[in-house]
Amino acid sequence: MAKQWKPAPSRPSPETWTGIVGWLRINLFSSPANTLLTILGAGLLLAIIPPMVRWGVFDAVWLGDSRAVCDSSAAAGNGGACWVFVKVRLDMFLYGFYPEPERWRIDLMFTVLGFSLIPLLAPDFFRTGRSQALVGGCGVAVVFLLFGALPAVFMIGYTFAPFLFERVSLWHTPQQIQAGKRSAAATGAIGVFAVVAAVYWSVRLAGVETAALPVSLSAGVLSLCLLFFGRLGLLVWRWIFLFCVFSVFAFFMLVGGILGLPEVETHYWGGLFLTLVVAGTGMGTALPVSILLALGRRSELPVVKTLCVSFIEFVRGVPLVSVLFMASVMFPLFLPENVTFDKLLRALIGVAFFYAAYMAEVIRGGLQAIPKGQYEAAKALGWTYWKMMGLIIMPQTLRLVIPGLANNFLSLLKDTTLVAVIGLLDLLGIAKAAMADSEWLGFTKEAYVFAGVVFWIFCFGISRYSVRLEKKYHTNYQ
Amino acid sequence: MKFMKSLVVASAITAGFLANSVQAGTLDAVKEKGYVNAGVSGKVIGFSAPDAKGNWTGMDVDFARAVAAAIFDDPAKARFTPVAFKEAFTALQSGEIDLLTRNTTWTFQRDTKLGLEFVGTLFYDGQGFMVKKELGVKSALELDGASVCTQSGTTTELNISDYFTAKGMTYKPVVYESADEATVIYDTGRCDVYTTDTSGLAARRTTLGNPKDHIILPEVISKEPLGPAVRQGDQQWSDIVRWTLFALINAEEMGITSKNVDEKLKSNNPAVKRFLGVDADFGQYLGLSADWAYRIIKHVGNYGELYERNVGPNTALGLERGVNALWTDGGLMYAPPVR
Repeated sequence: MAKQWKPAPSRPSPETWTGIVGWLRINLFSSPANTLLTILGAGLLLAIIPPMVRWGVFDAVWLGDSRAVCDSSAAAGNGGACWVFVKVRLDMFLYGFYPEPERWRIDLMFTVLGFSLIPLLAPDFFRTGRSQALVGGCGVAVVFLLFGALPAVFMIGYTFAPFLFERVSLWHTPQQIQAGKRSAAATGAIGVFAVVAAVYWSVRLAGVETAALPVSLSAGVLSLCLLFFGRLGLLVWRWIFLFCVFSVFAFFMLVGGILGLPEVETHYWGGLFLTLVVAGTGMGTALPVSILLALGRRSELPVVKTLCVSFIEFVRGVPLVSVLFMASVMFPLFLPENVTFDKLLRALIGVAFFYAAYMAEVIRGGLQAIPKGQYEAAKALGWTYWKMMGLIIMPQTLRLVIPGLANNFLSLLKDTTLVAVIGLLDLLGIAKAAMADSEWLGFTKEAYVFAGVVFWIFCFGISRYSVRLEKKYHTNYQ
Repeated sequence: MKFMKSLVVASAITAGFLANSVQAGTLDAVKEKGYVNAGVSGKVIGFSAPDAKGNWTGMDVDFARAVAAAIFDDPAKARFTPVAFKEAFTALQSGEIDLLTRNTTWTFQRDTKLGLEFVGTLFYDGQGFMVKKELGVKSALELDGASVCTQSGTTTELNISDYFTAKGMTYKPVVYESADEATVIYDTGRCDVYTTDTSGLAARRTTLGNPKDHIILPEVISKEPLGPAVRQGDQQWSDIVRWTLFALINAEEMGITSKNVDEKLKSNNPAVKRFLGVDADFGQYLGLSADWAYRIIKHVGNYGELYERNVGPNTALGLERGVNALWTDGGLMYAPPVR
């Protein structure tokens, strides 16, 4: 009988190299030098963190609503922070000088934004129409409960119209798209014009004159997309809606002046809300513009190329502070009399174009990394320039440059604090102004720490999200 | 910073050229838009800062409200735009703001070269020093070799350099962008002396860890007349702002307050009657109504009330009237008569 060989069962790893002890030995105490560094590092952390936590959490004053609470705590020898200072001014920190009865408009705007971003930022979880409808339904319910019927009606339209558009765009057959492009373009142009005109006049007749132009323009863009982009997915439609419909909605919500909403001039805007408006519009505008600039810089058309190169190089050559300063102070000097141009708008344009120039270079870096074969393959298929760029080159480029773009987004968010030099009080500006309130002198640390923590939360969110995107899209590089 | 400085100067000069076309008729422009836009500092204790509810408070703010009250009979028609020091002059020239009440020191160059017109002094300040008691220093003359914390970009920095040079002493400047930082650094002991305007010193001292450990030295090394300014070339507008200031001071001298102004309308004193526009229309020369001064006092109060409310002994700054008392009480506050 043949003897069957049985391997001896493997022995467990030595105890000193497994478990917590093993992990410590390998990672923290692997050599004398590392041991020393570990001890020093632990000492440093011990010296820094406990006093900070004690100041900010355990010894801090959290309850109360007047300065007296802080003073009595300090008089009792308690050296902690007094967060009552922030609590009393929380509304100021969030909304700036926005009139109190109108603040629900900001809340509504951010609620709608939040619900529309959920499926867009986490597309993996909301691929199906049903799940998106579920989120939308929740959004409608929340809006109805918090803000009433009229906003809920808007929310229903805003959430469920993309389903309709997706259905309609499915009517395009591949043959239609392939053939008869030209006749389709002609009828389409007439159709778009008709839509714009119809919306324009109906909005005007409804008595909302100021809204007529933006609303009809956004309707025009929507119908353009419907006619010429062929079949588009549900999520793409949601993006288009975010840029075309939500932006108009947000603008009128915040500025007011229509539908019985009192006008709130940008003069009153401030706090975290202003920071987010500057950062949000900055990011939303800078990214598309930067893509165009990057393509323009690589274009073979001499005029386009020269324009893009000179714009990028000029903007990169000046500091943001001076761009803002020029936009706020110098620019009005060159305008004819009686022509005014909102200061915040000037700052927004300044920030967006400044960052567009930087991001254009990041994207150009990505474009250079795409092998030539990709372009040639697309051209061999007879694709047009925009189709090639939109469907082949850009998707690859953008996933390559996620880290660089995230970098720019982060610095944009933090650079919004520079609007302070032109007299707009963003979160940090409000915090600084708060320090000069004669009733609340001496809470500098609390103000700075609060502003810092808020900025950190947003920046950390952006950077984690970008890491997630990288992991998702870098399948063939990692 | 050098770049910014040249940018500021360049824009101020450009503004000076261009402004000729836009400067006429500030009053009409203000009436048309319905509010006075005042450039304020936005973060100076007692002069301009928003409170916890977002209402602006302070001397500078109240002055702008007085101007709004004179024009519109409504102090709420003043708006406040925080302007940075570097931006202030150009903002005024370009018409971004109508009035600068940014506790700005009235100096020769600002009045002449930068094309501003200072209308008077709202608050007489001066630069002083604060030191720790334990150093045993009794006079600024003992500060040779000291390290001095201060804030950049203001006259403060220049004054201290002048003072130490004139006295043949040396010092180590420790310069910070904001007064907050400079104060915190001083409190941690990185520098021996903290210097700024005495109004600021008093306020800053209350924020230190232990205010009693610090003293303010008796020397005041500079003149800092803080006053409102308008752009040059619009005589009517600068008259309005100037006489708003004078009305505040005159009212205190005549004993007219926001509380008793209605009774004073019935006064037999011809000066009071003239001032309040009971039987004379002096407002017409300013392009305002006859009761312009009445409106100011009714809504905002007189100079003394402004002072007590914002920087006086019962506020966080706790400043005595000192040189800011009326000339009749030995101070410097003096206004030409309304007649």
